[in-house]
Formats: sequence, C-alpha cells, structure tokens
Amino acid sequence: MATLTSSPAVAAAAVRPRRRRLKDSPALLWVTTPLLLLAFFGVWKLYTVLFDVSPLLLPPPEQVARALWDLLGQDYLYTALYFTLYETIVGFGLAAVVGIALGIILGRARVLERILSPFLVATQVVPKVAIVPLFLLWFGFGATSKIFMAAIIAFFVMMQNTILGIRSIDPGHRDLMRVIQAPWWKRVISLDVPSSMPYVLTGVELGIVFAITGAVVGEYLGGNDGLGALAVVMLSSLRTDLLFATVIVMTLLGFALYAIVAGIRRFAIPWHESSGRTTSL
Amino acid sequence: MSAPADRIASELTELPVDRSVTMTEPNRRTGTPSGAGIDLEGVGKTYVTDAGNVLALKPTDLKIKPGEFVVLLGPSGCGKTTLLRMLAGLITPTEGVITINGRPLFNERTEQPSRDALGDLGFVFQQATLMPWRSVWRNIALPLETRGVKKAERRERAEQLAAQVGLSDFLDHRPRALSGGMQQRVAIARALAHEPSILLMDEPFGALDAMTRDNMNEMLQKLWMETGKTVVLVTHSISEAVFLADRIVLLSPRPGRVQDIVDVDIARPRTLDTAKQDRFNELVVRLRGQLGEVSA
Repeated sequence: MATLTSSPAVAAAAVRPRRRRLKDSPALLWVTTPLLLLAFFGVWKLYTVLFDVSPLLLPPPEQVARALWDLLGQDYLYTALYFTLYETIVGFGLAAVVGIALGIILGRARVLERILSPFLVATQVVPKVAIVPLFLLWFGFGATSKIFMAAIIAFFVMMQNTILGIRSIDPGHRDLMRVIQAPWWKRVISLDVPSSMPYVLTGVELGIVFAITGAVVGEYLGGNDGLGALAVVMLSSLRTDLLFATVIVMTLLGFALYAIVAGIRRFAIPWHESSGRTTSL
Repeated sequence: MSAPADRIASELTELPVDRSVTMTEPNRRTGTPSGAGIDLEGVGKTYVTDAGNVLALKPTDLKIKPGEFVVLLGPSGCGKTTLLRMLAGLITPTEGVITINGRPLFNERTEQPSRDALGDLGFVFQQATLMPWRSVWRNIALPLETRGVKKAERRERAEQLAAQVGLSDFLDHRPRALSGGMQQRVAIARALAHEPSILLMDEPFGALDAMTRDNMNEMLQKLWMETGKTVVLVTHSISEAVFLADRIVLLSPRPGRVQDIVDVDIARPRTLDTAKQDRFNELVVRLRGQLGEVSA
C-alpha cells in the first residue's frame, strides 16, 4: 500500500527514483519488432541467394515488396479487401450475438449445457474445411456461404469464454446481490455483465481472428471474390510474389481488426489486470 | 434495554446454562440502540447430501436484544456460519422460525426471505467481496442503487460512511489499490449504506494480520457504540470474541449446537489494555477450556 508516512525528503534519500527499464517500458515493442522483422527479411534474402531458390518457389523479399506496392495500386485489391472485410464482420457479428447469448444461457443452466455439450463439441471437432462444400451447396458461391463459415469458426470460442465468464462470477458477489435484494436485472447489469466481461472480451479477441480465417478459407474453396479467391488467382497464374503480397494484406487486415478489439478491452475494462497487455493468441 | 422483560431475552433452552449472570450494566454508548431484535425458535439446518443427511445445526433457541453485540464463537464445523447465513436469508432453515424485529424472516409458504426483514440487515462477508470495476464510493453505495436512491444522495451517503470507517481519502480509488484491512472497512461501510438496524458479520477480520485485526476490532467497537446497531459476529478467535461481545454464544461441532452462552461483563470502551485485565483473561481461559472439551 501507498501509505508510507515518512516525509518525502527521507523517502527520496532512502529510495533513489528507479529508472524505468526498457524491459518494462511500452516502447520495448517499438524497438524489438522492427529488429526482428529486419532479421527475418535478412534470413529470407540470404536463403534465396545462398541456395539460389527459384523466385517461383520463394521470391526474395524485395520482389515481394515490389509486388505488394503494385498490388496496393490495383482497384481489384480493394474490392477483394472490402469483400473479405464484409464477410468477416457480418460473420463475426452473427457469431458474437449467438455465441455470447448461448454462453450466458448455458453458463446459467448447467443441465442444459450438459445436454447440449456433445452437439456443441461436435460442431467444433468436425473439420470445418470439410463442410465448406456443403455450405457452397446450400448458400451458393456468394458472400453468404463465407459469412456462415466465418461465423461457425468464430462462434465456439466466444461461447466457451462467455460460459467461463458466467461461471467465474465470485459466489461472494452473488451472495452480496442477494443480501442487498438486487432484482434480477440489477444483478445482470451490476454483476454478471461487468464480471464476465474480461472473459467475453478474450473470446471476442480470438473470435475476430477466427472469423477472418473462416472467411478466407471459404473464399479459397469457392467463389471469385475476396482476398482468398485473389490468392487462388495469383497462385494459378504462378505469381508467387503477388501471392505473398496478398497474404501480407490478409495479415494486415487481421492485425487491424485484432487491434480494434484489443483496444476495446482497454477501454471497456480498465479495472482488469489484463488491460495492461493484449492476450497472446 | 432496561425493561425487566428483557432479562429473559437471554434465555436459551438448548442446554442447561448458567444464567445467574444476566445483562451487566448497560454499556456507555452515545448511540441509543436503534437495532432490531432477532428471535430464533427451534432453528435448525440439515443438509441433504449423497452421503446422507448432515445435521449442521441442531434446533436452537436464541434471543438477541436490540443493540446487543453477540458473537458466535466456535471451531470450524460448529454451524456458526450456517446460523449467520440463515439470519441473512441466504440459507433456508430446515426447521424453526427466525423473527427479525417481530417479522418472520422467511415466508412460510415460499421459504423465501421477506424483503422487509432483509431491509433491516447488513452483511459483511469474510472476504471483502468488493467489485473491482467500481470505485470505493460506488462500492459503498451499491445497496442504495437497488433502493432507487438518486446519485447525488448516494455519493453524499458514501462520503459519510467512508468518514465513519476512516476512508475519506480513498473514495475514488479502486479497491485493488487498498490494503486488506481497508477493503474490509469498505465492506463494512457498504453493509451500513442502507441503514440496516442489524449488522451480520461472518469472520470479517479472519483474513487480516493480527495488528490490522486489533485496529479493526477497535474501529468496529467504536462504530457500534456510535450507531447502536445490533451486531451478530462470527469468529473462531477467543480474544476477539471477548473483546467485542456483550454475549458470546459458544457453539460446538458434530453436530453443530449451542454449548454455552457467556456474558462479557467488561466495561466499554474496551481497549488493547483491556486484554491485560484479570476478568478478560478469566473469560479467555474459561472459553478456551470449554472449546478444549469440545475438540478433546
């Protein structure tokens, strides 16, 4: 506790103000990330030179950079980007609503959870890539099948985390709400929601990443739109450098969406220990 | 608490008990007893488990007078927490009737605690159970929110309460920034927020270190003397019980039952020096002996 009663002068003499070390500083990543990237590109370049790798298999970094620059100048990239973004967000939104709602219900009703859990687990152990053809059959080659793909991959992790969040509510807090005679809506607003929020947000962080994966996988396997389909085009025209560039764009999209959700965490639950750092995936 | 009728208030029929010592002189208190009385008639609790029925508390009769400080003392498994949680309406007794200030606590038909009776109660848990997402003052004011008190008024009330428990400087801090003792002070302030006449405390200082504990006991005594609440406190610390109580209800385990009721005839305000008095030590030794019989 910060209730030291010694005078400031004494305190200053006794404890020299500690210099903030780099390892605790938020600036750390601004130093290490570029260094690591530089090392990564260095090894990549070195490998292509030393082993004389065909650019068809692994183009050197500068060629990928040029391809990326070209790609960024093309309108069709933005059409594809918009498409993937749209599928991801709608699919994610669907998964979030269903997953969190189901999570709240199953978190409360243990019997229901026990009854339903084999089916819910079954939806997860099914190799999802294998059901994409089915989705294409049902929902066509348009956006709908990809939206469902994104949703089904993202949904489970959000539901699981919500269940965990509801289960993790301190029994003491529940007793407290009973003792102060809180009606059910008050308990939901003042206890259930804030208390499970860290868990739900962890699920949401994972969910957004899963949703992109789902959308892109769906695009890979069917249809002509979106970044996944674009990657297939690059591959079939043997433009490995552009394929790499497309993957980089996907990665950046993933980063951007993740950063938004992680930002919401800091904003929504500043009281929680996790708010100081982002969840590692 | 001077009416002769109150003399029988200390009656307990579970075991023949030495009742020769009735209430001592009313203690010097600035606050007049505002508390409500609690009346237990044949209150018992049996838990039904897979391994069979477990008798947690044998049917118990107990009358607690308005403004009295009663400590439930006993080893773990003696049913003291069960008893307290029944008083708080958190556990439904399997037999008997609890009356708070003349009103039955549980609706006989629904077995749910009545809202009126619960309104008279404030509860302090063993853990502070503060909500980490709320600032100190909003934690204190929580019980007022369910009673539709306006925000400005809540803040004002929280400020008064924080002052009473010595936390005026921490109103806008988050609980995480507070020490264990300070957190428990917040919990006490919160329990008092809706001005209940009865304060129920379940080993409130059990998780604190000895020095903090002494401070908290003194603070609690002061608070009690100023406000005149009825307090029922659960502890397994003999010295804490003797320091705080008007009356100690000694419980013994397996099955949980009242073993004895001891009046603590030591003048108030009691201080740390009180612990040096012969009478204090006499009572401690006596209680320790009685507790020893139980565990032997």
